[in-house]
Amino acid sequence: MSAKLELLSRNLQKHLGGRIAGMQTALGEITVDVDAALYPDVMPTLRDEPELAFEQMIDLCGVDYSTYGDGRWQGRRFAVVVHLLSIARNWRVRVRCFAPDDDFPAVPSIVPVWNSANWFEREAFDLFGIVFPGHDDLRRLLTDYGFIGHPFRKDFPVSGHVEMRYDPEQQRVVYQPVTIEPREMTPRIIREKNYGDVENG
Amino acid sequence: MADIQNYSINFGPQHPAAHGVLRMVLELDGEVVVRADPHIGMLHRATEKLAETKTWIQALPYMDRLDYMSMVCNEHAYCRAIERMLGIEVPVRAQYIRVLFDEITRILNHLMFIGSHGLDVGAMTMMLYACREREDLMDCYEAVSGTRWHAAYYRPGGVYRDLPDGMPQYKESKWKNGAKLKKFNEARSGTFLDFLQDFVARFPKLLDDYETLLTDNRIWKQRLVDVGIVPPERALQLGFSGPMLRGSGFAWDLRKKQPYAVYDRLDFDIPVGRTGDCYDRYLVRMNEMRQSNRILQQCIDWLRANPGPVLSDNHKVAPPRRADMKSNMEGLIHHFKLCSEGVHVPEGQVYSAVEHPKGEFGVYVISDGANKPYRLKIRSSGYAHLSAMGEMARGHMIADVVALMGTIDIVFGEIDR
Repeated sequence: MSAKLELLSRNLQKHLGGRIAGMQTALGEITVDVDAALYPDVMPTLRDEPELAFEQMIDLCGVDYSTYGDGRWQGRRFAVVVHLLSIARNWRVRVRCFAPDDDFPAVPSIVPVWNSANWFEREAFDLFGIVFPGHDDLRRLLTDYGFIGHPFRKDFPVSGHVEMRYDPEQQRVVYQPVTIEPREMTPRIIREKNYGDVENG
Repeated sequence: MADIQNYSINFGPQHPAAHGVLRMVLELDGEVVVRADPHIGMLHRATEKLAETKTWIQALPYMDRLDYMSMVCNEHAYCRAIERMLGIEVPVRAQYIRVLFDEITRILNHLMFIGSHGLDVGAMTMMLYACREREDLMDCYEAVSGTRWHAAYYRPGGVYRDLPDGMPQYKESKWKNGAKLKKFNEARSGTFLDFLQDFVARFPKLLDDYETLLTDNRIWKQRLVDVGIVPPERALQLGFSGPMLRGSGFAWDLRKKQPYAVYDRLDFDIPVGRTGDCYDRYLVRMNEMRQSNRILQQCIDWLRANPGPVLSDNHKVAPPRRADMKSNMEGLIHHFKLCSEGVHVPEGQVYSAVEHPKGEFGVYVISDGANKPYRLKIRSSGYAHLSAMGEMARGHMIADVVALMGTIDIVFGEIDR
């Protein structure tokens, strides 16, 4: 671990201390797990504390862990992952917050802390159905007007549920159930450790 | 007196200044924008979801199709993410080639920027000049990858192949023959690097020409100066990056601050704006092209002097050479495994960001150890920039909305993904 990463990890421990659920360092990056209840409390600290100084929210995305490791996943299903960047201190951190309820995933909004979160939260709502209480304009963003479902959830088929075509009789565009068969060209495989007697085989 | 109400107009989804498919609902008070609400997603192809159904390598060509104005920079972020998770080393020559192409792409992108920005604001000449220079650079793309746009040239572990020894030449035709044909083919008679060297040598002069057309042009300044001012603290809040952030006065460039590839060995400067208006962002981008040209020169010199491998020799990740595959059993097996099952990336997550011509382009991947990504998230700079459109446009005239759209340098491939 480089000196900078060590300092960041120390500062995070110092200022967030008991408020974080876990902290991992891997591949030169720090991931902090935060409970949804403490999330609105932790985020302003990350921005305002001069020893952390994360002025920028670079990315926010939803993750659906339901099929992780072909069903190995034990924890909650939906998470929101936030990437923060400090320009003053030139470091990054990743904050992960699991939504407590799988059936109605909700994570507090961080738009008041970083305004750039606005569209990112709308996207996570649109694609994963994660609700952000405190967001005042939580509309769909990327999908079609009137779209039903949350397409990036793992139980949503890649080919979708409806397709669109021009109907010459009605002389307008109509929606109908998809007519294409789902197919998989390359199966998804997770090999056991040391498969073929090599690392990372 | 008549009761005057605000009214809304629909800008797009088909509009020549929308740079693609943007629908924007503008609420106007006379000619002044009160509220701008961009509706995006018309080009949404769910790249991230598609990538979950493809092997790591199969998903790579999708990256070209994100920001289709700066193709290989997207690939760079993706390849770096995979390389970091696998922990493989990229040969130095491949890193130089990547930097070379990143900078070619930066020039390509910025040329398109001044061309289309000019076109939006009413300076049509720029587009024609920009396309003339883009032609040469796209020939470079074609020479190394066979395609002019969607190169799929960067691979995990290096680049697909080394720079070619020759450039494609113009053939004799009714329009190009005799002395004219000879003139066209003059720079193409040598190697790829000779051709690029020729471009690098004449490009600063061409940039000066563009500057005489635009920089002190009265109309250009009237349209850009003091339009869309973003103060530094707002630029941070709104998640700006790249030239948009530098235009507001931050000397922030990932190539310098968090160097990747071989940027730490190269000498270049970061242009910074002062007021954060459209004009400053234009100046920043013009200056970036000069800096890119400097980087190109350094890369050319290094690449001429240092031959070597361009693809990792770890055949669990990068395919073996064609000849090995034909004569060597092990090579054949590696090739078969790579092309059928693909690479298994160890479990973990990584966020890899590059300084894309438009800002910070990041790829966040989660792997559960399979031959396909578990989750791929693409962080595109244009997305954050466009989300600030409402704030930037408020209080401006409706004609300035077009100038703002130009200054953001939006490409819907990366915004809608």
